[in-house]
Amino acid sequence: MAHLTSLPALPTEAATSVGSPTLNIAIFAGFVIVTLVVIVKLASGKKSAGEFYTASGGFSGRQNGVAIAGDYLSAASFLGIAGAIALQGYDGFLYSIGFLVAWLVALLLVAELMRNTGRMTMADVLSYRLKQRPVRIATATSVLAVSFFYLLAQMAGAGGLVSLLLGVKGEGAQNIVIAVVGIVMIAYVLIGGMRGTTWVQIIKAVLLIAATAIMTVWVLGKYGFNLSGLFQAAVDNNPKVGEKLLEPGVKYGVNTTTKIDFISLSLALVLGTAGLPHVLQRFYTVPTSKQARKSVEWAIWLIGGFYLLTLVVGYGAGALVGPAEINAAPGKANSAAPLLAFHLGGSPFLGIVSGIAFATILAVVAGLTITASATFAHDIYKEVIKKGQTTSDNEVRVARMSAVAIGVIAILGGMFAKSQNIAFLVALAFAVAASANLPTILYSLFWKRFNTRGALWSIYGGLVSTIVLIIFSPVVSGKAPLPGTTVSPSMITNPDIDFSWFPLDNPGLVTIPLAFFLGWLGTVTSAEHNAQKYAEMEVRSLTGHGVAKALDH
Amino acid sequence: MSNDARIRGDEDPYVAMQTTDEFQALRKKFRGFVFPMTAFFLVWYFVYVLLSTFAPGFMGTKVFGNINIGLLFGLGQFVTTFAITFIYARWANRELDPLADAIGARLDGVKEH
Repeated sequence: MAHLTSLPALPTEAATSVGSPTLNIAIFAGFVIVTLVVIVKLASGKKSAGEFYTASGGFSGRQNGVAIAGDYLSAASFLGIAGAIALQGYDGFLYSIGFLVAWLVALLLVAELMRNTGRMTMADVLSYRLKQRPVRIATATSVLAVSFFYLLAQMAGAGGLVSLLLGVKGEGAQNIVIAVVGIVMIAYVLIGGMRGTTWVQIIKAVLLIAATAIMTVWVLGKYGFNLSGLFQAAVDNNPKVGEKLLEPGVKYGVNTTTKIDFISLSLALVLGTAGLPHVLQRFYTVPTSKQARKSVEWAIWLIGGFYLLTLVVGYGAGALVGPAEINAAPGKANSAAPLLAFHLGGSPFLGIVSGIAFATILAVVAGLTITASATFAHDIYKEVIKKGQTTSDNEVRVARMSAVAIGVIAILGGMFAKSQNIAFLVALAFAVAASANLPTILYSLFWKRFNTRGALWSIYGGLVSTIVLIIFSPVVSGKAPLPGTTVSPSMITNPDIDFSWFPLDNPGLVTIPLAFFLGWLGTVTSAEHNAQKYAEMEVRSLTGHGVAKALDH
Repeated sequence: MSNDARIRGDEDPYVAMQTTDEFQALRKKFRGFVFPMTAFFLVWYFVYVLLSTFAPGFMGTKVFGNINIGLLFGLGQFVTTFAITFIYARWANRELDPLADAIGARLDGVKEH
């Protein structure tokens, strides 16, 4: 999961790499080669649309659960949370809890019912008993928006990390790395479809969790497996923050605005996950709702376990590396985990961890791309433009072309955004998912009266209000310059340009209730109700009836 | 099986099924579990967030060594998340699936008539 400590703009001229770049690159290349071989072996010629988007529901719950962990635990989750804990202590831990608890929304309210009513995309569920065209267009717009912001964050993260991990310096070199990541990702998606992408995510999840577990045991071993001793060492090594490192509030306790901002962020985190399209797409890769349930069970165990490990890794980095060295490194907070690896196991271990961090970015962007291309080809091309009248072959061809287009946009966007504040992009993705997607998902699954106007008002209202409030927030303009500089930490770094009037960085506290309200208001002001489709949707959602037949489409 | 009379070929089988006692029982059972559970974990989560935000001093109270209330509270969120996952999955496997399967099978039977 990309994360809110920014991967900041890198002072590229100051980039100093640690370890052996050749080794790091070799390990990363090894991952790419192995996964490409796996994908090519799995690829079996022509693919139907269902195969391309969902691997025809052919994965088991356990496999899918591991893949979900692979999709969800992005490089920024591993590097970002560990770094936030290293520098800000407890506040970093708070994020990881939001990211985990959010999965209960998916488990209890969304996963099984989505699996039972949808076939290929999120819009299948939302448009089930409403007017197809307008709801599909609205859903696709919001899915593409979330995927785009999330993709940009990941691609920019790849560029930002490169100075440290691969030892390449300068703008041009970073752009090359972003392009390489994009091209490999496009290859995964085109050759492997959802089946190949899923295996990449499974392999990556296993590597990432294993490496983090090794670091955890290693760190704990240095402190005689005494957690309290580890905390003490982290406190001792951070005299500026001291004891406060173990308490909440270092980052968000500054004043009332930052406190409300944190509550707003927490709301978006806990409600955003179950509205992330690339997460929802994963539920279609299993055959039944029972397997969807099992997927989320596995995902929760793995993701929860992983975040417990990052607690140790984060404080371990604070204790063994220390804030001075972390802040001096390119990538700052995000370099905490790789630096810890270097302190523990030298260049070889750093190489392994760096390679895995890049593999992680690849797997996440591939999952995002396949979801976005499925949405474009299935919802916009097939259902809206062709009104359902097209062949599976045509649909897949469009999906492949859109995957390439999305890949190119992601590469160019990543090059442009690499100097941007990534926190902004990720917060935007979560806030849009929680505001524009989740209210409509819950209403359409649980509220009998819900109708087309409610869906449109909620989706567009959530999407537009989130983007507008972000544009006029301090994230984009108007933050006070950093002490001792004239550079504003806002997206627009000139402190003289200030058009912000919304005080919070995170708009969720306003936009999520607003989207729920608009969904209600639109619904009660429209008389539309399709009792027959509602009956069909509700019975299917709870019994799974018709799922097997739906898979033949 | 008094409800069978209502399911006929000329009526939409899903509309008919939706009004049966069996289906309503399944619906009630499902909602009766997931809604209170959702309310519980959201309240519990936001109590934690609000305490972390507005009572950092309390959260920083040491219990033993450097382990403070905030850390135990945070780990408590992991414990409840794991526990709810375990309890829900067990409950759904045992209580929900047989009902859902039976209704699905009945719908299949209806369709063939």
